[in-house]
Amino acid sequence: MITVIAIVTDGLVYAAWLFVVAIGLTLIFGVMKILNVAHGAFYAFGAYAAATAIGLYFDRGWPVVGGYLAIATAAIAIGLLMGYILERVFLRRVYGKDEVVVVLITYALFLILEDVLILIWGTDGRSAYQPYTEAGSFTVGGLPLSVYDIGLVGFAALLAIAASYTIKKTTFGRLLTAVIYDRETAAAFGVDVSRVYTVTFLVGAVLGALGGALTAPKISVTPGLGVEVIVLAFAVVAIGGMGSMEGALVGALIVGLFRAGAVHLIPQLELFSIYAVMALVLVFRPQGLFSRAQPRKI
Amino acid sequence: MQGMTASAWWVRKVSVAALLAAMPAVAGAQTAPAVPPVKLGLVTFLTGPAAGPFGIPGRNSAEIMIEMLNAGKVPAPYATAGLAGATIVPKFVDEAGSSANQVTEFRNLVQRDGMNAVVGYISSGNCLAVAPVAEELKALTVFWDCGTPRIFEERPLKYVFRATPHATMDNVAAARYVLKKFPDLASFSGINQNYAWGQDSWRDFVAAMKALAPKATVDKELLPKLFAGEFGAEISALLTTNSKVVHSSFWDGDLESFIVQSGARGLPARSTMVYTAGETAMFRLGAKIPDGTIIGARGPHGVMAPDTPLNRWFRQVYEDRFATAPTYPAYHMAQSILGLKAAWEKAAAAKGGQQPAIDDVVKAFEGIEFEGPSAKIRMAIGNGHQGIADIAYGSFRFNKAEGKPEIVDIVRYPAECVNPPANMTSTAWLEAGMPGAKCN
Amino acid sequence: MTGLRILLGAAILGGLGAAAPFTPLWLISLVTLAMSTGLVVCGLIILWRGGLVPFGQALFFATGAYTVALSGRWFGVTDAFLLIALAVTMAALVAFVVGFLLAQYREIFFAMLSLALSMILYGVLVKSETLGSTDGINVAQASFFGMKPRGPGYTFALFWLALGMVFSAWLGVSAYLGSVAGQLAGAIRDNEIRVEYLGISVTRLVHLKLTISAALAGAGGALAALSISHVDPQMAYWTTSGGFVFVTILAGAASVPAAFLGALLFEIVRTIAVALLPGGWQLILGSVLLLTILFVPEGLGSLMIRKRATAPEKGAA
Repeated sequence: MITVIAIVTDGLVYAAWLFVVAIGLTLIFGVMKILNVAHGAFYAFGAYAAATAIGLYFDRGWPVVGGYLAIATAAIAIGLLMGYILERVFLRRVYGKDEVVVVLITYALFLILEDVLILIWGTDGRSAYQPYTEAGSFTVGGLPLSVYDIGLVGFAALLAIAASYTIKKTTFGRLLTAVIYDRETAAAFGVDVSRVYTVTFLVGAVLGALGGALTAPKISVTPGLGVEVIVLAFAVVAIGGMGSMEGALVGALIVGLFRAGAVHLIPQLELFSIYAVMALVLVFRPQGLFSRAQPRKI
Repeated sequence: MQGMTASAWWVRKVSVAALLAAMPAVAGAQTAPAVPPVKLGLVTFLTGPAAGPFGIPGRNSAEIMIEMLNAGKVPAPYATAGLAGATIVPKFVDEAGSSANQVTEFRNLVQRDGMNAVVGYISSGNCLAVAPVAEELKALTVFWDCGTPRIFEERPLKYVFRATPHATMDNVAAARYVLKKFPDLASFSGINQNYAWGQDSWRDFVAAMKALAPKATVDKELLPKLFAGEFGAEISALLTTNSKVVHSSFWDGDLESFIVQSGARGLPARSTMVYTAGETAMFRLGAKIPDGTIIGARGPHGVMAPDTPLNRWFRQVYEDRFATAPTYPAYHMAQSILGLKAAWEKAAAAKGGQQPAIDDVVKAFEGIEFEGPSAKIRMAIGNGHQGIADIAYGSFRFNKAEGKPEIVDIVRYPAECVNPPANMTSTAWLEAGMPGAKCN
Repeated sequence: MTGLRILLGAAILGGLGAAAPFTPLWLISLVTLAMSTGLVVCGLIILWRGGLVPFGQALFFATGAYTVALSGRWFGVTDAFLLIALAVTMAALVAFVVGFLLAQYREIFFAMLSLALSMILYGVLVKSETLGSTDGINVAQASFFGMKPRGPGYTFALFWLALGMVFSAWLGVSAYLGSVAGQLAGAIRDNEIRVEYLGISVTRLVHLKLTISAALAGAGGALAALSISHVDPQMAYWTTSGGFVFVTILAGAASVPAAFLGALLFEIVRTIAVALLPGGWQLILGSVLLLTILFVPEGLGSLMIRKRATAPEKGAA
């Protein structure tokens, strides 16, 4: 019984983390058709910015609650800054080029940003555990759980609802949907595609940074953080269907639960779990679980 | 290659100039100093996840040791300047990148830049990849931090040395210490990173436990992905067992993440953790580490080092320069450079004080014994190429009165107690139940 | 391709071979390693022209490298030519099998699935403790028709072997690119439905391209294994594949010789970057890639092509 509880809670916690990391990636891909390798850099910068902000905040001895606000502020600030620079200076120049070429631009940016990170923050790990440890823990069925982890699950759920609401009910969401379906037609109908792109990229960047920032209190923030995340996020997005929000959610849940099950029942499989799931899904649903079939263009 | 006649200028400019000029002979007309400098290549992680905990302390240690050796300021028996009077000129190279990159850069160091010797490598994979090339190029190479016992066990090597003892010792000593603390241990678990270091550490620990406490069983054997960072599921799995002891060879990022995450969920209240490489994290985490946690330092290094003049001096200069205490990688680097110096000067003494040829140094290095800052190193196994030394384990305690972490209940194990004899591989020795171990 | 150009190519490679004994050994090793990358990139060019970019070519590279290491270790095979033949066969075989799946995919999905497959191989290798896990295993020194050169002689022998492989790859790939199947690549890239209407199976063509490119990647892996004398799972990791794509961008898909020059340039840039800025070489590498894509989007090879664009002969170089 305790194992079942453990698999479900561990799976949900991991899925929540995966979802927050993957949603920005899938958003940018869905709208802009850019597979953004630099997403890993957003994640890493978000983590470092949050660690710095938490450090500064708690050094002053201010109340704990504000620490969570510090995380969010740091993530939004760094996400906006990086997103703006990357979009304006680099991506602008390559819109409309081959998808793969744009992937490589973001790959190059990722390589550069990895070292910029070290130039700014140095090679030593950073830690900012207060928000995590101060949140405390509680016990379910004999299994101690961290409040912060469960809070992450709640946050991910809210994020999913907010994303769904924005896309379905707001004007901007409808513009997005139009651009996702057919960029040229949307432009012909007077949609300012360029502005939609900019906003999307900024939102995606902030989400990436937020993923890192929310993880920062749980981990030692070290160089090389971003590399690990990119492939995981790619896998989740590929499983769910590139560009699909629901897909990212379902993909994260599948991978999260599968991995938790593997750790508890067959630890030998843990290393393969995510790629095995990905290969399996792609064999049966080449476009991922939630992707629309593309029209054949003759 | 022609690099032997080079000057300091050449060392700085060589990489670019060499590539552009495709190397005709060079730097002929310089006035040679009385003793030509010894060029020393130093390879360590300057970027990537291993830079902070291992690479940078290693580089810092090398920097300060070379500077002090050149100035003749190291205490006896190393008070002579440089290597038998020759100034050491260091060149640092980043260890990040594939082993193909490392082999290429090693060739560049030896054949292009004319290094007289190389001290390098943290990653066991890089050590294994570089070893055959070092033999091919007849380049004196001292591995300073990598842990795999395979280096000298797979084939005898002539030009490669490793003063730092291999990783078998870490886990044998860990098992001995655990059983001293928990003589009636019924079962234990392990969480180790799923790559060579983690797999080897766990295998050695299990084998040592089997030999020392045949009745103790393994509960959970967890091998999460390297740099996973998130260990929620693993912690749950450990919480569902009744293991009194959990073994882990985690280091740096994963180690800290795991300590924080397991602490938040009360794992330390149920199980005592054994961190074989825990010492690098103890100052950064401080009170986050629960009292009673068993900590190793891959040797009797750091706060577990004995109070000798050499050690006092080393800690002093290191702390003065870098405003932090030297952790075990700093000790590994220091003892590797001192080993090279000891061998170099033994070879020079045999030639009446003349600068020795590399083959002389190699001959002198084999089987040499010398003092490191924390222990006497004896190049006793691997045909005299692999060092053995004592090791210490202890229990962590946060001293609230002074607000600093400390290690108590330190037990020091003699080298012969935790290392295989010269004629056995470590795996064979462990499987045979560690015959011939001398423990007092 | 005219006989004249074949002669010219042979002369250039022969000249390089003859120059070897007068070249510093580190440079020879570096060029040999660059050629192993060049062989992989040759294969990528074939796919690239058809609009396919694999992020998992390291799968075949590592297959070739491990085939060499294990043939030596388990079966005592030491002959370099036999080892390379085995590696090429093995890599092609793996590609032939996974091709039934992979050839169904295009664009980013092709890239992602090939990445997943290479990461599965990576996982299997990391799990194999008898193969040294992430530490990898050494490769025994090879023999050449019974001769066993050692020391500098071995470096030369490998270099000459590499030159021979480059020459064969150049001839073979040029011939393929000039054939009907090869010429259809552009058409597949533009619109494969039109190609289907010509009565040609695009899936089969892609399967063929994949197998050829895998054979070249296997050859590259074999050469790298012999030249480094060590193999490890990193060879199957996605960053290795990323490096191959990087070089393809640098070189451009325009010509086969450009693949080798690009690989050499990459290796030189990397080694200079490491020497100049030990803590920031990725920064330099990334900047070079970025500038290339922004300002020479067709790759450096296109600069060579543009120069002789006025020349009458328009064979597939």
